[in-house]
Amino acid sequence: MAMYPGEQIPLRQMNIGQTGTVIRILGGRGLMLRLEALDIRPGKKVTKISSTFLRGPVTLRVDNTQVAVGFGMANKIIVKIDQFLPGNFAGR
Amino acid sequence: MMRILLVGNPNVGKSALFSRITGTHIIASNYPGTTVGFTKGFLKLGEDQVQVIDVPGTYTLEPISKAEEVAVEMLKDGDLVIDVVDATNLERNLNLTLQLLKRQIPVIVALNMWDDTHHRGININVGKLEELLGVPVAPTVAVTGQGIKGLIGRLPEAKVPKTTYSGSDERWARIGDIVKQVQSLSHHHHTWYEHLEDASNDHIGGIFIALLVLSASFWFIRFVGEGIISYIAEPLFEWLWTPLLMKLSLVLDSGGFWHNILIGKLINGQIDYSQSFGLLSTGFYIPLGAVLPYIVSFYLVLGMLEDVGYLPRLAILMDTLMHKLGLHGYAIIPTILGFGCNVPGIMATRILESRKERFIAATLISIGIPCAALQAMIIGLVGQHGGQYVAMVYGSLFVSWLIIGFILNHAVRGFSPEILVEIPPYRLPLLRIIAEKLWLRVHGFIKEALPVVLGTVLVINILYAMGIFNSIANVAAPVLTNLLGLPKETIVALVVGFLRKDVAIGMLAPLALTAKQLVVSATVLAMFFPCAATFVILARELGARDTLKAAGIMIAAALTMGGLQNLIL
Repeated sequence: MAMYPGEQIPLRQMNIGQTGTVIRILGGRGLMLRLEALDIRPGKKVTKISSTFLRGPVTLRVDNTQVAVGFGMANKIIVKIDQFLPGNFAGR
Repeated sequence: MMRILLVGNPNVGKSALFSRITGTHIIASNYPGTTVGFTKGFLKLGEDQVQVIDVPGTYTLEPISKAEEVAVEMLKDGDLVIDVVDATNLERNLNLTLQLLKRQIPVIVALNMWDDTHHRGININVGKLEELLGVPVAPTVAVTGQGIKGLIGRLPEAKVPKTTYSGSDERWARIGDIVKQVQSLSHHHHTWYEHLEDASNDHIGGIFIALLVLSASFWFIRFVGEGIISYIAEPLFEWLWTPLLMKLSLVLDSGGFWHNILIGKLINGQIDYSQSFGLLSTGFYIPLGAVLPYIVSFYLVLGMLEDVGYLPRLAILMDTLMHKLGLHGYAIIPTILGFGCNVPGIMATRILESRKERFIAATLISIGIPCAALQAMIIGLVGQHGGQYVAMVYGSLFVSWLIIGFILNHAVRGFSPEILVEIPPYRLPLLRIIAEKLWLRVHGFIKEALPVVLGTVLVINILYAMGIFNSIANVAAPVLTNLLGLPKETIVALVVGFLRKDVAIGMLAPLALTAKQLVVSATVLAMFFPCAATFVILARELGARDTLKAAGIMIAAALTMGGLQNLIL
C-alpha cells in the first residue's frame, strides 16, 4: 500500500507509523460523538501505531493518548496523509 | 451537608485523589472504567464536615455508557465539582472541563498527574490556564499526595465563571486556543516502558507477551496460594486451632447436638477439616484455610496487572474473539474481575455500551467464570486426583463459555458496538498502592464471605439434624443418577451452591466420589446457578426478567454439560 502525501484514505489503510489529519467521519451522530469524546475529530492529527490480525482493532495516537478503535470504525475515519514514511521505520 | 463531586475523564486518577482527600480507601487502577458506581467519603473543611463523592469517569456530559450515565446523573445533586484533569492530555480533558463550566455549579480544577508532564516534556503555564478558564487550577499528584493540601485549601475559591461558547465546534476552537496559550512541548527521551508499549502493540510481540503474562500469572497465583496454604494456613490450623477444638470437643463429651453443630463429626477420633463439617472446624477452615490464600494471591496478581496498565492491551488482542460472542474486547475486563468474585465482575459490565452486551457478559460470567473461592476449592479437592481432572473442569467451563456466548450473540436482540477505548500508558505500580488495594479486597472477602460461610454451615447442620436433606435427595435422585451419574447425596452440595459455592465443593469431600464424578459435580456446581450474592447483583443490574432468562440458560447449560461429561468421560 504505497501512499503519497495528500491522499485521502480510511485510517485502516494507513501504514503503521504514518501520520495523517482526520478529514471526515463517515457515520452517524452517535459515532461522531463517541470519537469526538476521545478527541478524534476532523482537523486532528493521528498516527497509526498498530493493527491487529483478523480484522481486530487499530491503535492510533492522538496527542499523548493511545486509542484503540474497532476495525469497522477505522474504516469510517477518513484521513489525509501528511507525509510519506516507509511503514516500519516511522517514528512516533 | 455540602457535596463535593470528583468529576473527570476515565483513568485520570479520581479514585486515587478520592482516597487522598477523604482517607477512605477505594479501588483505583490504571485502566479506564475502574469505578462504575459511586463512593462517598468525608472531608473536614474548616469546621464543617463535607461529603466527597467519587464519580465514574466520563469524557463528555453526553453519556455513552451506563457508567457515564451515572456520572451525569450525579451532577444534579452536587454543590461543588473538583474537575480532575490529566495534565498530560490537556486538550481532550478540557473538553469536559468546558462543558462543566457551563453548568451552574462551582468548579475547581485539579491538574493531576503533574509529575508525568515533566518527563513527557510538557510545560503548562498554570497561572495562565487559571486566568483563561476563570476557575482555580491546582496541580496535583494523587498517588503520592503532592499538591493535595493546596487543592483543598483553594476549594472555597471554586466558582461559576462566565463561559461563552455555543455548540461543540466553538467549544473545540476555544479549547484549541487555550492549549496553544498555556502549553509548550519540549523533546523527551523514550523511557524503557514506552519501548515495551511499542512491543505489546506489535502483532506477534503482543501475542507473545500475552501468553507470557497469563502463564506467569497462573503460575504465580498457584505458587503463592499453595505456599500460603502449606506454610502458613495449615500449620496455624494444625498447631493452634486443632488443640483448642479438641479441648472443646472433650467439654462437649465428643458428641451430641452441640458437638455436631460446632465441631461436627470426628473422623477416627480426630478433627478432619475437610470432613467434620462443624461451624468451628470446616466452617472456619474453608474460608480462612483453603480460600483466603488464593484470594490473596489472585488479587495480588490482579492488582499488579491493573496498575501496570496491561488489561486494556489484553482487551485489544481478545477483541476479534469476543466479537464472536456478541461482545467486544473490553468485556475481558469484567470477565477477569469475575475470576476473583463474580459480584464486582458483573458490576463492571456497566462499562459496556449496549444492553445486549451487558446481558451476554453478565450471563457468561455467571456460567463460565469460577470465582477465586470456587477455584481454590476445585484445585484443592479435584486436584487431589491429578491436574488433568482440574484441566477437564476448566476446559468444560471454557467450552461452555464459548458456545453459550456464540449462541447468545445470535439469539439476543440488540446491537454490539465496536471497541473504542483509550489505552493507558504503562506505569510502574507503587508498592504501597498495590498493598492497600490488596488489603481492601482481602478485608472485603473476610467481612462479606466469612459470615455467609458460617451461616451456610450452620444451616446445613441444622437441616441435616432435621433430616430434610434426605427427602430432597430422594426427589432429585432420578436426575442426578441417570443424567449426571452422581450419587443422590450430591444434591445437598448443589442446594448449598445457591448460598456459597466454596462450601458446596467442600461438601463433596466426605462423599468419596470418583475422579469423574468430581469433575462432573464441580463443573455443574460452577455453572448451574450463581451464588446468592451474585444473584442479587444480577437482578439489580439486569432486572428481574433478564435475570430469570439468565438463570434458565445456566440451569440448561449446566445439565447439558454435566450430562455430556457423564457420557464422554
